Amino acid sequence: MRNERDVQEQVLADTAELQETRAEVQPVVQLRELEPVVPDTVVEEQVEDEFAIVGKSIPRVEGFDKVTGRAMYTDDIDLHGLVYAQVLNSTIAHGYIRKIDTSKAEKLPGVLAVMTGQDCPTLYSVNELTPTESALAIDKVRYFGEGVAAVVALDERTAAHACRLIEVEYEELPPLVNAWEAAKSNVMIHEGADSNINHHAEQAFGDVDDVIARADVVVEETFYTSGTNCAFLEPQSVIADYDPGAEKLTVYNCNQLPHMLQRTVAKVMDMPVEDIRVIVPHIGGAFGGKSEATPSVLSASYLSRKLGRPVKLTYGRDEVFFQNKSRHPCHLKMRLGFKKDGTLEALDLSTLLDGGGHSGWGFVVLWFIGALTQLPYKVPNIRYNGRRVYTNKPTPGAQRSFGGVQARTAVESCFDMAAEKLGMNPYQLRMINAVETGYKAPSVVECRHSEFKKALTSVAKRSGFVEKHGKLPHGRGIGMAAGHYSSGGAFLLYNSSRAHSTANIRVDTEAGVTVFCGVTDLGQGSTTVMTQVAAEVLGVPVRKVNFICQDTLLSPMDNGTMDSRATYGAGHAVKNAALDAKRKLLEVAGVQLGVRAEQLECRDETIYSIYDSKKTMSFWDAVWKYQDIVGTVFGTGDYTPPQPKGDYPGKIIGPSPAFGFTAQVAEVDVDLRTGQVKVLKYYEATDCGKAINPASVEGQVEGGISMGLGQALIEEIVVDRKGRIMNANFHDYKIPTTMDMPDMDTEIVDSYDHTSAYGGKEVGEAPTGPVCAAILNAVYDAIGIRFKELPLTPEKVFRAMRGEDPRGPELEPNVIGFANANYKEFLEI
Amino acid sequence: MKQLVQLKVNGNTHDVMVSPNETLADALRRGLGLTGTKISCNQGDCGACTVLIDGKSRLSCITLAMSSQGKEIRTIEGLETNGELDPIQRAILEKQGVQCGFCTPGIIMSARGLLDENPHPTREEIKRGLSGNLCRCTGYTKIIEAVEAVRDAEYEKPRLVQVQ
Repeated sequence: MRNERDVQEQVLADTAELQETRAEVQPVVQLRELEPVVPDTVVEEQVEDEFAIVGKSIPRVEGFDKVTGRAMYTDDIDLHGLVYAQVLNSTIAHGYIRKIDTSKAEKLPGVLAVMTGQDCPTLYSVNELTPTESALAIDKVRYFGEGVAAVVALDERTAAHACRLIEVEYEELPPLVNAWEAAKSNVMIHEGADSNINHHAEQAFGDVDDVIARADVVVEETFYTSGTNCAFLEPQSVIADYDPGAEKLTVYNCNQLPHMLQRTVAKVMDMPVEDIRVIVPHIGGAFGGKSEATPSVLSASYLSRKLGRPVKLTYGRDEVFFQNKSRHPCHLKMRLGFKKDGTLEALDLSTLLDGGGHSGWGFVVLWFIGALTQLPYKVPNIRYNGRRVYTNKPTPGAQRSFGGVQARTAVESCFDMAAEKLGMNPYQLRMINAVETGYKAPSVVECRHSEFKKALTSVAKRSGFVEKHGKLPHGRGIGMAAGHYSSGGAFLLYNSSRAHSTANIRVDTEAGVTVFCGVTDLGQGSTTVMTQVAAEVLGVPVRKVNFICQDTLLSPMDNGTMDSRATYGAGHAVKNAALDAKRKLLEVAGVQLGVRAEQLECRDETIYSIYDSKKTMSFWDAVWKYQDIVGTVFGTGDYTPPQPKGDYPGKIIGPSPAFGFTAQVAEVDVDLRTGQVKVLKYYEATDCGKAINPASVEGQVEGGISMGLGQALIEEIVVDRKGRIMNANFHDYKIPTTMDMPDMDTEIVDSYDHTSAYGGKEVGEAPTGPVCAAILNAVYDAIGIRFKELPLTPEKVFRAMRGEDPRGPELEPNVIGFANANYKEFLEI
Repeated sequence: MKQLVQLKVNGNTHDVMVSPNETLADALRRGLGLTGTKISCNQGDCGACTVLIDGKSRLSCITLAMSSQGKEIRTIEGLETNGELDPIQRAILEKQGVQCGFCTPGIIMSARGLLDENPHPTREEIKRGLSGNLCRCTGYTKIIEAVEAVRDAEYEKPRLVQVQ
């Protein structure tokens, strides 16, 4: 038998040969010209050890506050005269509200006000296409747990008690909990519509049918990826504080996109945007689930204005599930066509997304699933046909690697199926098709930098994948999957053309270096990373940098923390602002030292001539002089990604200035008696460009994998036929614990993206995408059964090993999200 | 009707008015303003509210305030002394076992309880000891490594933490 190294080298040699052949193949579609890539900042050809602070695993700058309990989250804040609100949630999933009697609640001592949907009727949405949401249900409820009334009282207990005194009369409508049925139903979830289809996405590049008809190997399969919840530890909380004197409203809320929230509140409250101030305290995890306004923000704002005093509204864990805005349950049908040599020729994907009661980010997720098939493999012909349908379920939205889990589960499973048909190792097939720097997809998606192949090779080598695959004993298996994610979209989703990120900087002897930036730290560490970037440019220690963010009064407009754009987008803006301030400061220092400003550098709080070691002065002395002569040192910088040209439906979703890549291998053990799947070891390799803070990158990778592992094996929001969530708590909805996590072996591959501020790209989302597929592929390797549905519970594996339908014969096959056999008795209700 | 209880928290005795069914977590947060103790699931599933009661890690969201009278309660606020961090706090901070930080106080209190009971836990014992604390950000690896570092006396002497 050949040893591992020989196998690896052979694969690499085969791959190189194939790529040469491939270069001659003419693209089927005409590629559009991208605007030339012009990085916003001058590329600095620095090598790693030349950086003083970038690339160092410094602890979180806010870490001391977090380990001592000092860090204030929204619910920890107390304000003078604070009162508390609670929401009465709907007990049905679909129906008209015929009557609400609030009289008993209003009479309860301690109750200050009660509101219903009619009090605050302006409709909103995070997208401007389908504003259907409201602070509380108006006339009709569309999902179980939707708010129908809110009470504000002197304390939470009184408010909760008052909610129970409100009497609501419903006229029930048949709940549409099955996406396929909802799509065809004559019952409309939103009145006036002619169908429950929320959005239809269609894209075609090349003649997919023709190419697949001529392909040597075709794989075709359907998949179902489950709906999960972001399950951040901090339930959403809001304090609305209306100032009747100034007629201004301050909102404290754990939202990822404070500038977006500001607009939503302004619209619903009918107030000018500039009269709304959003302050985001520490956020206890978000993962995309806090990127939309919760109805509680609008209820609290209304009640605060009504009373003229601050109102706090904190959700219970069940309400976190009711408001959901997490992963979309998704049906996928995938067709891939390959040539005999393994070259991927065509990809054909159809999807049906179960959209719940409203739209939110849903239409973006719908397009994104299609857009995420453009990479990380070269494929000249792609067709995507997706539909998102309203159902009477809590609305999904954004969750870490949004669109990625769905796309990767289907693509990566099909890759392994194709490898088997082609008689190839799955690693080899991936290497043959993997993208490289400069690859232009058939859409306007362009990959300006990629070390994807390095990641694939790293993970294959470390795990011994080629040697182990297909050769482990029955019940043990190894599976590979890979993926990528964008570092922020190329287009703003706001209806505006302003910069995606702006940063202002102030340098003076009174406060040191202060950066004002609109990016939000959800716990992923953007504050630390941005601080490192500013400190690196100015040559000062991290502790001399104050980073002011998460406050719309102080922070300039920003697209917000979503789409993995913080390090790349805001990193650019902060670096540009710091360079602006540095340029001004060095001019004054140059005069002092008698040296041309461009020959000066900053390091270790010293300004020095790069040519004459005697010409130095203290950084802070220069600041002092500058203040004497000119005033405070101010700098500003912004960043907008290059805008790709092209004209096809859905163009604005998918292109990005940079993509992060991940390659993963899971080793599993399947208990042949119980069907329990245990992940024994998890290998990962990341191409995130230059890691600004390597320990934080590792944390992102490990956390991202744990979320993917939860979705693969245990997590699913279970909804019964009446649309009621059966597991809206952490007792029944389980997320991975220390006992579920395998040993991790992760590596950040050597990479530097010269289009980025300090070479860094995204890492927050890519690692979550392929985890389900890696585990599904490993289970196939272990027991020879290909599962196409998540999560992979012991029941499903057990049934399948006995040759039965994994879903079980006793369950109605068309009831979506009802796969967990523990809940079958609820079928009868 | 509310009643008076005396809660001994972090060495100080406080008179607090509580309802008979009020939890210790609520009494700490709303009554004493000790908001370092977090409420996440509010039914004993996630461990974010973990405090030490008579030296053992306990879930304050399913412990009644009334039943805590006369007991030694230690919260996250009581771990540091005059700005000096407990070794487990330092380890979690420096090993980057903290991301969003919401589960962190509970994890630190569980780890402190575990190490007080068993100063030399194996990796498996650490995992088991922290299995009642949910964390959605970190994937736990760095938290486990931090506890191992404390076990291995890497952080024996408390010192003032300086962030670069």
